[in-house]
Parts: sequence; structure tokens; C-alpha cells
Amino acid sequence: MRVALFVACFNDALFPGTGRAVTALLERLGHEVVFPPDQTCCGQMHWTTGYRREAADLARRFARVFRDYDAVVTPAASCAATVRASYARIARADGDDDLARAAEGLAVHELSEFLVDVLGVTDVGAYFPHRVAYHPTCHSLRTLELGDRPLRLLRAVKGLELVDMPAAEECCGFGGTFAMKNADVSVAMVADKVRHVRSTGADVLCAADNACLAHIGGALSRLRGGVRVMHLAEILAATGSPAAAVRA
Amino acid sequence: MSGDSSVGGRASSSGAAPAPMPKFAVAARGALADTALRRDLRAVTGELRRRREAAVGELGDWEELREAGRAIRDETLLNLDAHLERLEKSVTEAGGTVHWAADAAEAARLVTGLVTATGHGEAVTAAVPAAREIGLYEALAEAGVTAHPTDLAELVARLDGGPAPADPAPPAFHRDRARLRELFVRALPDAPPDLPDDPAALAAAARAHLRRRLLSARVAVCGADFMVADTGTLVLLESEGNGRAAVTLPGTLICVAGIDAVVPTWDDLEVLLQLLPRSATGDRMSPCVSTWTGVTPGDGPSELHLVLLDNGRSAALADEAGRAALRCVRCSACAHVCPVYERTGGEPYGPRGGGPIGAVLTPLVEGVEDAARASLPYASTLCGACADVCPVKIDIPDLLVRLRGRVVESRRRRPVPTPELLMMRSAAWTMADRGRYEAALRSGARWARLLSRGGRIRRLPGLLGKWTDARDLPAPPVHSFRAWWRARPRHGGDR
Ligand code: SF4
Repeated sequence: MRVALFVACFNDALFPGTGRAVTALLERLGHEVVFPPDQTCCGQMHWTTGYRREAADLARRFARVFRDYDAVVTPAASCAATVRASYARIARADGDDDLARAAEGLAVHELSEFLVDVLGVTDVGAYFPHRVAYHPTCHSLRTLELGDRPLRLLRAVKGLELVDMPAAEECCGFGGTFAMKNADVSVAMVADKVRHVRSTGADVLCAADNACLAHIGGALSRLRGGVRVMHLAEILAATGSPAAAVRA
Repeated sequence: MSGDSSVGGRASSSGAAPAPMPKFAVAARGALADTALRRDLRAVTGELRRRREAAVGELGDWEELREAGRAIRDETLLNLDAHLERLEKSVTEAGGTVHWAADAAEAARLVTGLVTATGHGEAVTAAVPAAREIGLYEALAEAGVTAHPTDLAELVARLDGGPAPADPAPPAFHRDRARLRELFVRALPDAPPDLPDDPAALAAAARAHLRRRLLSARVAVCGADFMVADTGTLVLLESEGNGRAAVTLPGTLICVAGIDAVVPTWDDLEVLLQLLPRSATGDRMSPCVSTWTGVTPGDGPSELHLVLLDNGRSAALADEAGRAALRCVRCSACAHVCPVYERTGGEPYGPRGGGPIGAVLTPLVEGVEDAARASLPYASTLCGACADVCPVKIDIPDLLVRLRGRVVESRRRRPVPTPELLMMRSAAWTMADRGRYEAALRSGARWARLLSRGGRIRRLPGLLGKWTDARDLPAPPVHSFRAWWRARPRHGGDR
């Protein structure tokens, strides 16, 4: 299957390892990955901060770049949620019926959805001998309704010990510009998240979105918390064999 | 958005600019630093969440009920004028008097006038959610009327010399029992000096005091959760029993309620009475449900006044967002699941009420021109927990985003652009073109690497400094994803 990768702008800039992992994983499963080079940003930050016009421009651009692909896969759950749930609203706010129609035609899948629902796999042949806690990010939980798909994928990883985390479904306090506009409340929230992460004794905290992981990971790093954060794709891409390592 | 125009119209209808208040982030600091408040909020919201979940789980048709509740509230608000006329007629026929208050000041004036007209210099109050909104206590005090709040949380706040509490939450939860005991001994009339600090004894002392108050009261001011238009029946749900006493014992009863509390029929009420208590406190039914219709000679109050409060509500109904928000039946379930509210309580949201729906209603009704109101739609991570529990299916995150849009549109109209607008515009301009975007990736990475030490960035300038106050950022890698992709041997090169 030919799959277009939407890597998301912040992964492109800050977490390229996640994009490499998605590529390695899908190719290992026998699929062709293409990277439409005109892609930039889905417009999420503009939309959720109230900048409708700018969001509409970026949404139109996204729809143009990805309209010809039968399958678009992204490791950014909140961007997938933006395309799927917010584009129709963006179109309405901007009075752009063409955008509304174009958005409906987009086949954007978050990675775990694509693996489980479209490809029908849960065991992707990964090997990752670590203790892992999973944080269901708000968008993956409530907008995409990923349910236990990521957990099923993680449980099938050889060597991986999946541990339950208390209050796992509580928001980490990131919320895009919320982390800056309401920094004190945001920090109070991530402090509790960090406490719950550390209480599991996990070496690695995993999620389907690097935005939230950058937040929790940023707090863990500041506190020298001794827990790494890793995107789901990076764990699923790991095989333990040096030849397949996704590190550049 | 069509609603933007109604903001201006509202300002003239309510006559005055909204009262000054601090921005949410500033107002939240006190609460965040109050360790006792934090502990109690965590305990109470956690308990209420668990109770709600259990109570809702008992019903197989919860989703159908929510849908029915949504439909009832939608229809009611669409035809609000007709239902209110019918309500006025029914209440009047049953012997009550209806007063219309266009804004908070008029409501306060009406209530104080009605109290002073009785010739009594004091009144008990019970379950008046609009008290803060209309500045009830300030107005009564100014008119020389002594108000005796009989809700436990309010009584305690009063004894402590503080304002009416922001959270319609369980009894005085934000004071621990040692503090509560000390307060009662010091300030509660007739509390024994050797009062023990166990909750039962404290409740008993408060109850004894409140009973005396309620038994001797001649005038009561109360709220109403619902008003049935068909019969003119007022409905009050509460758990302490003071509301029941207040609506039955005194001779004069003054009820203050928002015009949005009207319910067309008892059949509609039946649906809402299944939704509200389970959502609010996890009760199958509230411990005290009082319903009363007009006046009945020899039974209950001989004089009944209903003050119907608009205060921006009807103007808010002019657009879709306002109609969605006013479906609210004030169960507070959205607040109880909100991770922001759990850490700040209701106070920082201002007098119209706290939690996610407060962050919607205040800017929706009062407009977004001033910085404090404009900050409220941003007092949320948009995590969506509120929308999952709302018994009338209000999509609160969607409303918050729409209001953020209103804030931004209003700022665009200002002669000097805000720094945020400039930043957002420039980000959008960069993202609109591949060449500009790729150049920004390269220069951004160069700058960020200059700022990093040992693979992490610990301090950033400007707005981003708010991030690095407490969180690191990873140093950006040498190559962006697309640079790696381009250099790939197999699929290398741009297509
Ligand atoms: S908005 Fe909040 S308070 Fe209002 S009905 Fe919904 S959950 Fe209850």
C-alpha cells in the first residue's frame, strides 16, 4: 500500500526520530511510504488559539497537499484530530464550503488506527525490553477515540512490560498555548502527571503524540525524573537489531 | 461570527461596563498557592466524579436521557419568550407576583425593595446561585437589611468575614475541621466553647443555629433550579434542608432565578430531574426536592415574588453558541471533571460561576473586550472531559474555541496589533510556503542549538520563557525530518 506520511511540523523540527520510526515501521510491514514535501502545518495552533483566518488558510493548504492520497498516516494524534474534527468547523467559521467538502475527502489516519483498523495488525514484530507506561493523550482518547488500540500494539511488543498508570486519562496540562498563557495551572497539572508517571516505576513513558510528550518530558527532564519519553512509533519500530535501528 | 454584533448590543442593554476583575492566570495564583484549598478541591471533585460515574452507570439509557435533555433545553430556549409568558401567567394565577430584572443591578434593587417593603430589617437566604452574579449581599447590606445565609458553606464564609463562596460545593469543604471548630467557637452565636471538632458535632452546632434562624425568619430569599411554565411551579433541589425550610416557613418568599431556568412542562421536568442530581452529586435524587406553586392560604408563605433575571441571557440567545451554552442546568459536573478547576476552584472565573461553563458564559454574556473576560476562554486545555459528562450535551471545548475566535476578531479591530497577533500571522505566513518553512526550520534549529546545553534548553526568552520556567525543551536535532528524508539513499530526493 502507498502511504503518505504527514509528519507534523513540530515533529519535523524537533522530533524527526518519530518520522523516521513511522517510515521504518511501515516499510518493514511492506508498504511504500511517500513524503509530500509541500506539507507544513495542519493549523491546529491557530485554530485552538482563535486565529480562524490563518487556520483556514493552513487547512486549505493541507487539503490541497494531501487530497490525492488514498491513505495519509500521521504520528501526531492531535493533528489527526484537528483534520478530522475541526476542519469542518474551520470551514464553517470561514464560510468555505469547498474546504468542508475537501476535508471530508481526506483519508487521515493516526498511526495506531492505521495499523489496527486499516492494516489489521497488532503484532508489528517489535522488540523493546523495557518497562513502559502509556499516557492516553486527550485528543487520542476523546476526539479520535483510539481506545485500547495503542495498548494492543504495545502488548504485542516482545520484551515490553506495560504498566498501569494512576489517573492516566487526566490531561497533562499542555493544551497548546495554554502551557504559556496559564503557565502556573499548566505546571500544577504536569506536576501531578509526573508524580503518577514516576509512581509506576516505568523507564519509558509512551504516547501517540509528541506534543504532550514534550510537555511531560520537559518536566521530567527539568526534574531529572529518570524516565524517558518515547513516541509509540519509536517503540513499535524498535527491533533490537542494529540494522533496523531508526536512529540517524 | 454573528454573535460578535450582539456583544455591542448587550453592553447598551445592561447599561454599564462589566465590573473589573483580574485575568484568570493572575486570579488563579492565590488558589494554586492555597494548599488547604488544593487538598480539599482534589478530595471533593474526586469524590463527586466517582459518585457521578456510579450513579450514571446504573442507568442503561443514560445517553438517551442526555439526548432528551438536550432536545428539551434546545426547544425551551428557542421559544423562550412564549414559555416565559406562560410562566408569568401561571405564577400570577396561582397568587404569586412576577418581576422582570433586565440586569444585575435591577435584580438587586427589586429584591432589596421587596424585603424592605415588608418592614422587616432582616432576611434569610437559601440556595441563591445568582447571589454573586447580582451582588445580592452587598445590595441588602447597603439597604440596611441584615442577611442571614443558611447554606452551610455560605454561613461559614460569612462567619469568617469572607465573601460568598464561589463554589456551590458541599458544606464548607474548603475549611478543615480544626479551622471550622475554631471559627464556630469564635463567631457562631451560642456555640459551646468546648465544641468538639468532629464533623457530626460541627454540623449539629450549625444546624441548631440555622434552625433558630429559619424558625424565626419572616422573609426568605431563595433560588430555583427550574420553573414549570405550565403550572407556575418553582422547583428547588438541595441537600441541606435549609432550602425546604426557607420556602415553607417565612411569610414572604422572594425567589430569584435566571430566565433560562424555565421548563415548559412536568414531563420535561421529569427528564431533567433524572439528569441533574446524578450529574451534580451522584444522587439518584437530591435529598430535598421542594416544589411549590403560588400561595396557599394557611400553608407556606402568604406572599410569593418571583424575580426573573435576564442580565444578558436573552441577548446571548441571539446566536447558536449562546443557545448551546444556555442549555446549562448548573449541575457543575463539568467543573468536577475539569483538571483546571480542580486546581483553582471557582473564584478566578468571576461572579457568574466557575468551571468550564463559567469560562464560556461570562465572556459570552459580558463580551470579550476587557482582558479578564477575554482570558476566560483560554482557561482550558480543551481536554474535553467536560463535554463527556455534560447532561445536556454542551460541547464546551467547541464553545471555548469559538469564543477564542471572538477574542481574536475583536483584537484585530484594534488599531495596534497585539504581539500575539503579529506572531500568529507571521507563523501562518511562514507555514504557507514550503521555501519559507524550510528556511525557518534551518534558522530555528540554529538559534535553538545556541541556547541549549547538554541536549536541552533550560531558558528561553519572551513568551516561551513561560514554558522554560518549569519545563525543559529538547535541543533540536541537527537535521529536520525532511532533511533526513531528502538524504535517504533509497527514496532520496524531492518528488
Ligand atoms: S455545562 Fe456544566 S454545569 Fe452546565 S449542565 Fe453541562 S455539565 Fe452541568
